[in-house]
Amino acid sequence: MAALALSLSNVGPIYRRELRSYFNSPVAYVVIVVFLAIVGWYFSSNLFLINTASMRVVFELVPLVFLFFVPAVTMRLLAEEKKSGTLELLTTKPVRDAEIVLGKFLAAWTLLAATLAPTLVYLITLMVLGNPDLGPVIAGYIGLLLTGGVYIAVGIFASSLTENQIVAFLVGLLIILGFFLADKVLIYMPAVIAPTIEFLGIDYHFASIARGVIDSRDIIYFASVLGFALMLATASLERRKW
Amino acid sequence: MSIAVRNLVKKYGDTAAIDDISFDVKTGEILGFLGPNGAGKTTTMKIITCYMPPTSGTVEVDGLDTAAASLEVRRKIGYLPEMNPLYLDMNVIDYLEYSAQLHGLRGGAMQHRIKEMVHVCGLEDVRHKDIGELSKGYRQRVGLAQSMIHDPEVLIMDEPTSGLDPNQIAEIRALIRQLGRAKTVVLSTHILSEVQATCDRVLIIHEGKIVANGTPAQLQHDFQGADTITLELKTGGADPLNAVAPRIRSVGAVSNVTLLADADGHSTFEVHADKGTDVREALFRTAVAEGWVVLEMHRRATTLEEVFHKLTTA
Repeated sequence: MAALALSLSNVGPIYRRELRSYFNSPVAYVVIVVFLAIVGWYFSSNLFLINTASMRVVFELVPLVFLFFVPAVTMRLLAEEKKSGTLELLTTKPVRDAEIVLGKFLAAWTLLAATLAPTLVYLITLMVLGNPDLGPVIAGYIGLLLTGGVYIAVGIFASSLTENQIVAFLVGLLIILGFFLADKVLIYMPAVIAPTIEFLGIDYHFASIARGVIDSRDIIYFASVLGFALMLATASLERRKW
Repeated sequence: MSIAVRNLVKKYGDTAAIDDISFDVKTGEILGFLGPNGAGKTTTMKIITCYMPPTSGTVEVDGLDTAAASLEVRRKIGYLPEMNPLYLDMNVIDYLEYSAQLHGLRGGAMQHRIKEMVHVCGLEDVRHKDIGELSKGYRQRVGLAQSMIHDPEVLIMDEPTSGLDPNQIAEIRALIRQLGRAKTVVLSTHILSEVQATCDRVLIIHEGKIVANGTPAQLQHDFQGADTITLELKTGGADPLNAVAPRIRSVGAVSNVTLLADADGHSTFEVHADKGTDVREALFRTAVAEGWVVLEMHRRATTLEEVFHKLTTA
């Protein structure tokens, strides 16, 4: 795998094209508006009920929304190029397969960050109304970006498997759901493997970060799952060569 | 910039799409890749452009192996894939910019190349339109512009004129001819007149094997079958069927004569001669000796169509 020697001058154009393609179509705006509507409603309806200046409800809800949001954003990234034949065009340019995957990953990640950015308004609201503890909030956002990053990497892998975007969406959703549910089904697991399953669960690590503790074990978890999914996506692109 | 293909085999499962193909393309040559659908043209091109590796065999572009030096090879090649895939949501200039950037062009050099390609391919009027809005002919020009944006020394074009109307075909051919002077070009087609109009050399490929390789004229010569001559005579009352035809048949090397038409004392015959002979002079002398007037004599040489047909229907 030639994933080690990547050139940013190749990743850049792919990243910019993909990002432009998101924001040139209504898709990005629709997705952002729907996301903000759901999270905003949830945030405001709970704010006065729990009566504390905390973003906790946001950090509880967003990973759940990401479950559906991320595969919808990533499903077309490779599937569409496969279907239209532009992948052949792209892979016969002097560009490595890993650079294609990375450029697309970064574009989707940027869209995710752009979607999260308006939620900072809630934080401003909280600062006006009360005195929130900023540590867990910053950590929570880092956790959301990392969780979203893993979901995106998985979504790109799913998109690399097929030329059908619906299939890419469903496969992506299914794998992400597996990571999401892993630490929630522990009671059904034998005691011997329960800790391993728990460690695989993405929410376990997200919850740990969202408490305000950035532990290297969690970072290593996110980085390795993310990297592994991107490597699989690259290998899947190279499948044409088998 | 030469291309050397050696013992190329590509298997999909058990079936060989291409089966032990070897050929060379010399610098500055326009090579036409001819064959029926599914003969292995596209597969061969996909291997040359590093889209996929062969099952066995090698391809070298300017001495660089496609497997070992894939990125360097891809830098030298401009490729127009079959069906001309494009990003329909991009406008022409943005797309050309994207293609140029993927080839490492930046800044002024990039703008210069884009401007040149827009000019050469006649895209001035549509430069800011979305590719999805363009007609097929314009899309094909965008595809060509994209493939040449980095001024490659080798151009690989898979059916560059498919789906175009006759005017557009003529335009694209002229463009290829004009650009091909300085480049090594490989183009595939199943339109025979295209090969005659644009190519220096033809490679006919059938069921994964090369069945003919030469200039269009050479192939016509090599696969020359029996001559067919159309002869129109004014015989002055002689019975065309019972008198004239037997007399023509008696000319040396004539194998068969058929009467095609007979009206107002003008008779048209189709004369078949033995392979490798030219009976026109003998026919003329016979006519003169018999006092017939030769109104028309036309020898139909084997066309590339016939060569193609003969080679690809076995």
